Amino acid sequence: MTAQDGTSAFGYVQNRVDLALIAEMIAPDARVLDVGCGDGQLLALLARTKNVDGRGIELSQEGVNACVARGLSVIQGDADADLHDYPDDAFDYVILSQTIQATRNPREVLTQMKRIGRHVVVSFPNFGNWRVRLQLLWSGRMPVTRTLGHDWYDTPNIHLCTVRDFVSLCDDLGLNIDDAVSVIGNRARRVGRPGSIDNLTAEDAVLLLSRKS
Amino acid sequence: MGPSREGPEGAAQAAIHQVNRAMSDKRQLQAEPDTDEAARRLNAVAAEMHFGPETPLALDSGVSLAPFTIAYQTYGTLNAAKSNVVLVCHALTLDQYVASRNPITGKPGGWWPAMVGPGLPLDTDRYFIICPNVIGGCMGTTGPKDIDPKTGKPYGLSFPVITIGDMVRAQAMLLDRLGIADIFCVVGGSMGGMQVLQWAAAYPERVFSAIPLATAARHSAQNIAFHEVGRQAIMADPDWRAGNYLAEGTTPSKGLAVARMAAHITYLSEAALHRKFGRNLQDREKITYGFDADFQIESYLRHQGLTFVDRFDANSYLYITRAMDYFDLAADYGGVLANAFKGTKTRFCVVSFTSDWLFPTSESRQTVHALNAAAANVSFIEIATDKGHDAFLLDEPEMFATLGGFIGSAARRRGLVK
Repeated sequence: MTAQDGTSAFGYVQNRVDLALIAEMIAPDARVLDVGCGDGQLLALLARTKNVDGRGIELSQEGVNACVARGLSVIQGDADADLHDYPDDAFDYVILSQTIQATRNPREVLTQMKRIGRHVVVSFPNFGNWRVRLQLLWSGRMPVTRTLGHDWYDTPNIHLCTVRDFVSLCDDLGLNIDDAVSVIGNRARRVGRPGSIDNLTAEDAVLLLSRKS
Repeated sequence: MGPSREGPEGAAQAAIHQVNRAMSDKRQLQAEPDTDEAARRLNAVAAEMHFGPETPLALDSGVSLAPFTIAYQTYGTLNAAKSNVVLVCHALTLDQYVASRNPITGKPGGWWPAMVGPGLPLDTDRYFIICPNVIGGCMGTTGPKDIDPKTGKPYGLSFPVITIGDMVRAQAMLLDRLGIADIFCVVGGSMGGMQVLQWAAAYPERVFSAIPLATAARHSAQNIAFHEVGRQAIMADPDWRAGNYLAEGTTPSKGLAVARMAAHITYLSEAALHRKFGRNLQDREKITYGFDADFQIESYLRHQGLTFVDRFDANSYLYITRAMDYFDLAADYGGVLANAFKGTKTRFCVVSFTSDWLFPTSESRQTVHALNAAAANVSFIEIATDKGHDAFLLDEPEMFATLGGFIGSAARRRGLVK
């Protein structure tokens, strides 16, 4: 993610709605790990509005530099390789914003997040959105949309999923869905547990998860 | 002490001669004003602190070292609250002249000119920077070339073996003596980085922020191996005289030069060597079918070896390399590195370099993992460069940008800047 234009390495325009939605889900004074924290926008927002003790992991050197320069504690690394090294229950929240579709092993990443954080927050573009479905149906080509801005050959998004796919993985991994927000354009709607309509209409989804006790 | 070819009297005479030479060196060192205009802007001050028999340095080996002296440089001005202290820890063959002219080599600007100075990451207009020569060193701090008051002869190999922990303990004594309770930032690369980690582990309440660069929490087998090659080269030099060369009036220059040549290779990288030298020939059109320095790289290494012997003491090299070999921070904390940082409030910024094969990124990552496990405030960045281990001493804009940002934000937290 570059510091300058707020565009992620994944071609996703980091929209303020997404960040604000995540921020709303975080309790004040919590210990937070933001995986794929980019230039630190969310961590800075959380530090300012929620007084969190925040940490970040970011792949790009310029992203880490931008974070360190604003006083954030960020290490260079990635979700696939570096979550293993954190102890159990190290954080109150582990956040993965618009990144899970770009990881090599999303199931393992989610498992690690569940291990090190009491709560897990994940946001991702919904491949089940009707525009995506129709593009594939009508043109017979890989969809390119506002939230999925790459051609098939240069996309970093190697593990795209629908909201329904993701909910099913959460069930598999023993993760409760405590809150979910469906994002369409600049509008966000709280949906509790996402259903078929959300799978069709949501452009992005933000889910707050916790371990089943 | 090893055997002496001359009688004991001859050895004593040589020792006295050596003392006088050292004294006159020292006088010159103190009397000669640093005329460098840049040094004045930095408010560079050379100083020495003497610790008498009543304040011995308790070494990890169990030996007490007394008396001893720490030679150090300061830059900038200590503020009234004594809250703006930056401690710079130097690497194996470096010294206290971090930002001003080295009186032995005459090299102006010190060894970290892009890092320390007005407006630079270690801003001398803002911070009070202290850089001491390590214990066991040969630039004014007590080491094996100095006179053992018990015998009146140079210590040589009777100098006690020192550790990174001893170096840091001596520095803590220096700060105590200066009335400085805590450090805003402790920073260093390579062996300096080991001292940074040791500081953070041994005196967590005294360290507000720490920057270990191109370093590791323990010395690897490969690095011990390289050091052993260097030490054996020194000891194989007939002029080493079982460590007694000062008393016998010889200098193991050849052995020390070879040690330096071998070590210097490990500070660079294959890519950088290729970029700088390739297979280029030195002042000749063709190879000579002999063992002259046909290649530029040979000539360069020979030059590195030759210039090193003029400024470094061979026994010091043995002792300081040994200190690095013995460094294993986790071992002091039950084998778990995270325990060394348990409950730490220090803010860390760990930096490694992609082409550093002496202290590879994997070593820094182990430190970062331990810090994460200890819930420490840690930032980590790997700088992409082909310059190898020495990159931390060179012009690396990304490193300066990161460190500038980290130090600046720590200074805001500390209330040193608005």
